[in-house]
Amino acid sequence: MQPDSLIFIFLNAALMNNFVLALFLGLCPFLGVSGKLETAVPMGLATSFVMLVSSLCAYVINLILVRYDIEFLRLIAYIAVIASAVQLVEMTMKKYTPGLFRSLGIFLPLITTNCAILGLALFQTFKHYDFFQSVVYALGAGAGFTLAIALMAGLREKLDLSDVPGIAKGAALSLMLGGLLSLSFMGFAGLGGAH
Amino acid sequence: MSKKDGITWETFADGLWRDNPVLVMLLGLCPTLAVSNSAINSLSMGLATTFVLISSGALISLLRRFIPRQVRIATYIVIIATFVTMVDYTIQAISLDLYNALGAFIQLIVVNCIILGRAEAYASKNPLGKTVVNALGMGTGFTLALFTLGAIREILGAGSLFGVDLFGPSFEPWVVMILPPGGFIVLSLMLLAFNFINARAGRKIEQSEGCSHAA
Repeated sequence: MQPDSLIFIFLNAALMNNFVLALFLGLCPFLGVSGKLETAVPMGLATSFVMLVSSLCAYVINLILVRYDIEFLRLIAYIAVIASAVQLVEMTMKKYTPGLFRSLGIFLPLITTNCAILGLALFQTFKHYDFFQSVVYALGAGAGFTLAIALMAGLREKLDLSDVPGIAKGAALSLMLGGLLSLSFMGFAGLGGAH
Repeated sequence: MSKKDGITWETFADGLWRDNPVLVMLLGLCPTLAVSNSAINSLSMGLATTFVLISSGALISLLRRFIPRQVRIATYIVIIATFVTMVDYTIQAISLDLYNALGAFIQLIVVNCIILGRAEAYASKNPLGKTVVNALGMGTGFTLALFTLGAIREILGAGSLFGVDLFGPSFEPWVVMILPPGGFIVLSLMLLAFNFINARAGRKIEQSEGCSHAA
């Protein structure tokens, strides 16, 4: 596969360099909202949507920044765009799916500080992706994030039924699960080489 | 210690153990795991984060009466992003190797929930002196946790510390430890040890999941 072909970019972001399990981005919702499958999947989809919107905006903003030679403002400009995109998703959800809005709770506005999204915008800038590559990259990252958080939620639903020592309950156990998931995702590295 | 501000030893020491940002509050895990594959990376990341924590905390604390409540989060983010940009350019100027090793994670300090969390929960309510001392404690706690994680991973995964070979040529490096899964597993073991020590000491520590503290 060509390293800059669209299908490679998609698979790379979704599997080989999965944003959560290989690049450690977006761990907060990955650990925080992965208790139940029915909240994990919508969270993944909401994050994917914000990723897509902010990736498009970041692409346009970067063009403007480069045009006027003010790249040092990049970080501030990106974060402002992401915050607005999250606000948009929040308002849409509140209007059309109020039940879901309540169950995601504080984690919805916190998508703003989800490093997966800022990371995506920064990576696509560093890699000099063009418009279509950026879109595909965002879709792949979103798919990878949703996959990871859904897998994690499925595993944790099963774990709720098992008896674990007191000190291992909660975060320690979730992280160990994350480690095992990450280990199995390393198998995908053979698809086309890491990075 | 000045009486006026009510700065006590706890203001500083809370961040070291009882409210350690990584081990208790589980904040800022993304950079913690991503750059902790060697001791030097994790140490510099810890110091960079501490600097941003202190300086943004100080500025927010000074401005806390002037920032309108409705736009406070946006204001904090802009202040934090400014300091992070400064750190980013400074590290680039000091050591390009380090800059390349840390990659986008320096810029991602902006979305590190520790900083926004402290800004919201502490700096916006407390005077300058107290905020700085507390931020210093939190930063030290973060750096210590990060450094421990980085050192364990480097010793096991590469058989070295700060690039100095420890075990000689007969040591077979445990490569998985410097790869992503190792980060999850070592941090998980650190949490287990931490919980075990606290359980022995008879203290109960409520662990939160993810960044719910930040808001």
